[in-house]
Amino acid sequence: MPLSDELIHVLAAGAVAFSILTYVILDGTDLGVGILFAVNRNARHRHVMAFSILPIWDGNETWLVLGGGGLLAMFPAAYSIFLSAMYAPIFLMLLSLIFRGVALEFRDRAETEKRQRWHDVAFMGGSLLATFFQGVVLGGLIQGIPHMDGQYRGGGWDWFSAFSIFCGLVLVAGYSLLGACWLYWRTTDDLHAKSRRQAKILAAIIPALLAVIVVWTLGLQTVHAQRWLTLPVGGPIIILFVCFTIWFWRSFNRKHHFLPLFAVLGWFITAYGAMILAMYPLIIPPSLTLPQASSARLSQVFMLGVFGILVPITLAYSTLGFWVFRGKIRAKERRQT
Amino acid sequence: MDASDATLLLARAQFGITIGFHIVLAAVSIGLANFLMALEGLWLWRKKQVYMDLYKFWLKIFALNVAVGTASGLVMEFEFGTNWGRLSTVAGSIIGPLMFLEVMVAFFLEAGFVGIMLFGLKKVGPKLHFFSTCAVAIGSLFSAFWILSANSWLHTPAGYTFSPDGRFFPQDWLEIIFNPSFPYRMIHMSFAAFLGTAFMVGAAGAWQLLRDPSNPHARIMFSMAMWTVAIVGPMQIVAGDLHGENTLEHQPQKVAAMEGSWDRPPHFQGEPLRLFAIPDMSEKRNHYELAIPHIGSLYLRHSWTGTIKSLNEFPLSDIPPVAIVFFAFRAMVGLGFLMAGIGIASLVIRKRGRLYNTRWLHMTVLLMAPAGFLAMLCGWVVTEVGRQPFTVYGLLRTAQSSSPVSLSFVTTSFMSIIGVYVFVFGIGLIYLMRAIAITPKKGEKGPEPQLANETGQ
Repeated sequence: MPLSDELIHVLAAGAVAFSILTYVILDGTDLGVGILFAVNRNARHRHVMAFSILPIWDGNETWLVLGGGGLLAMFPAAYSIFLSAMYAPIFLMLLSLIFRGVALEFRDRAETEKRQRWHDVAFMGGSLLATFFQGVVLGGLIQGIPHMDGQYRGGGWDWFSAFSIFCGLVLVAGYSLLGACWLYWRTTDDLHAKSRRQAKILAAIIPALLAVIVVWTLGLQTVHAQRWLTLPVGGPIIILFVCFTIWFWRSFNRKHHFLPLFAVLGWFITAYGAMILAMYPLIIPPSLTLPQASSARLSQVFMLGVFGILVPITLAYSTLGFWVFRGKIRAKERRQT
Repeated sequence: MDASDATLLLARAQFGITIGFHIVLAAVSIGLANFLMALEGLWLWRKKQVYMDLYKFWLKIFALNVAVGTASGLVMEFEFGTNWGRLSTVAGSIIGPLMFLEVMVAFFLEAGFVGIMLFGLKKVGPKLHFFSTCAVAIGSLFSAFWILSANSWLHTPAGYTFSPDGRFFPQDWLEIIFNPSFPYRMIHMSFAAFLGTAFMVGAAGAWQLLRDPSNPHARIMFSMAMWTVAIVGPMQIVAGDLHGENTLEHQPQKVAAMEGSWDRPPHFQGEPLRLFAIPDMSEKRNHYELAIPHIGSLYLRHSWTGTIKSLNEFPLSDIPPVAIVFFAFRAMVGLGFLMAGIGIASLVIRKRGRLYNTRWLHMTVLLMAPAGFLAMLCGWVVTEVGRQPFTVYGLLRTAQSSSPVSLSFVTTSFMSIIGVYVFVFGIGLIYLMRAIAITPKKGEKGPEPQLANETGQ
């Protein structure tokens, strides 16, 4: 039973979207922990925070590489146009990610406390800027990219706008919330209590920020955001959002400390889904569609087969990696540097 | 030079720098991961503490390498889009899946298990831990497989057809993956990774032996390294010769440039071995040439009088920059023979029972610490600069492959990358040197030993 071209394109887009979503959820949390270094200055807290993500950040970042690779393999015109258009924020994000990863791994090599603080600045700054530029890139995508004949056709500054900067700031808040909920789950004592406070503050302001983005996107008219105003699309989105919100606020009284994080993940997945529903069938707003950007059918089919078989296996052994380092992190007596 | 020429040159230079840094880290990953697999295997088999000490010693260094290597690799993935958009659009249906497979099959394997490998010694049993080390080692080789397949396809495209709008479309995936130059490139690069790492490990061992020839950790490090050099060094020469033969068949201009051969000699004279020359692109000849007759024919055609197509038999627009390719090739081969020579010398010295006491050998290996990686970088310059002026050989030119990004953007990214890379990699190198200079000792600890203790119920 041959699958239609349209279905193949949609599945291929689904694979890329899944990779990026998994990246956002997993590494968004790591980046959030890094951002929270700005407000968690205690050395013992920082030690615990770093340890919570050391064994897993590398694997988490790999989902971003998968998303990029998938885009190149299955929608090469979109890959080229998108990356050429987002040249500056993409490079800034990549350099920030370099600082984040290296500062984290080198942290304990620092021979003095003063040098370790410099590593922490690099780690925090790298995490913050990487997050900010990811948000900027998202905003730049939503507001549309000029292109012709499979090539970018702008001056290089199209991504720079009030909307994209606002998206960057909202993503910083969003990843920080993920980080705070992660630390609530994985830590004890004062850091656990502090993280609970931070999570609640962030969760109180983020819905308002998201509402601003929704209204602003509707005004841009580059994606089919008006679908959000229809009942079949808008209804479920609002219901899901409300459910996760209620779940979030009630979860702090529960025994299981992972619940707030999962509620926030629910927010992220709902928002991501809403964005995809507004974009379909576009891959680059306002005018590049999935069929137009697609690679050869044989490439997409091959990739879907590989994806279908290997992603579940990858998720399985990645879960093993998480499971090995499960549980609360308790710093033993103060280490000498 | 006009703005678009300058932009292209800067984009090429930027790619060269980012991939140059990355390939060394990737090669160290491949070499160290497999070395660590051997050490842990030996420990499980022979149950001697010294192997676990060495494992933990090099594990700390591996942790440094993985962090920087991942960061540099991320840049490569996106650089195809930021700076080489047209290549991506035109060839993405073919090289995209190969790179996707690299992430899916190889990189995830490494990244997924490296957490357990680095930090999980006290968290999981010895079998699961050894499995993790093996997964990382095999993952690194799988990575090399897919990346080299994509790279080789650019040099010797196969298994493709053209779409109506002029893009490369896949027709036969087996032909694409196993394109003509791939097997040679895969073997040559894998050997290079092992050889480079062997000299790095050997130099660390030599450094310790010069201070204390009785140190058991240093002895084992040095011995394992020298075995590797002795076996892989000569094999690499053979692999290089076969690779060169394959290149002669598919990319004759590249070999002509490697040899600095502008004009084909009369048949009875054979090709000379040019020890030195200054190629002149405008006059299309060499100055100050110092050559030995016939020797070139021996390694190029395996005969006394065989000749190769020369540079002047091609249009000037189809040949690579000769000087760079010529000198990089000489440097690589010179280092290659030197390394193989050290390997053979070490065998003789070992047979006499003097491996740990021969100071000149230790000094030489110490000085040759970066030799393997230098040779590898020279080799990559030969093959990639030698591929110019094409990105897809014979079918797509580099000048037609770039992104429509302005000179000011590329200049800024180029300067930023140099600044960040030199700073970050510089600090990494300092930490690496510090870590290697410490004597490995009994009861050596792994990276972040408290992490396992502090995580968990």
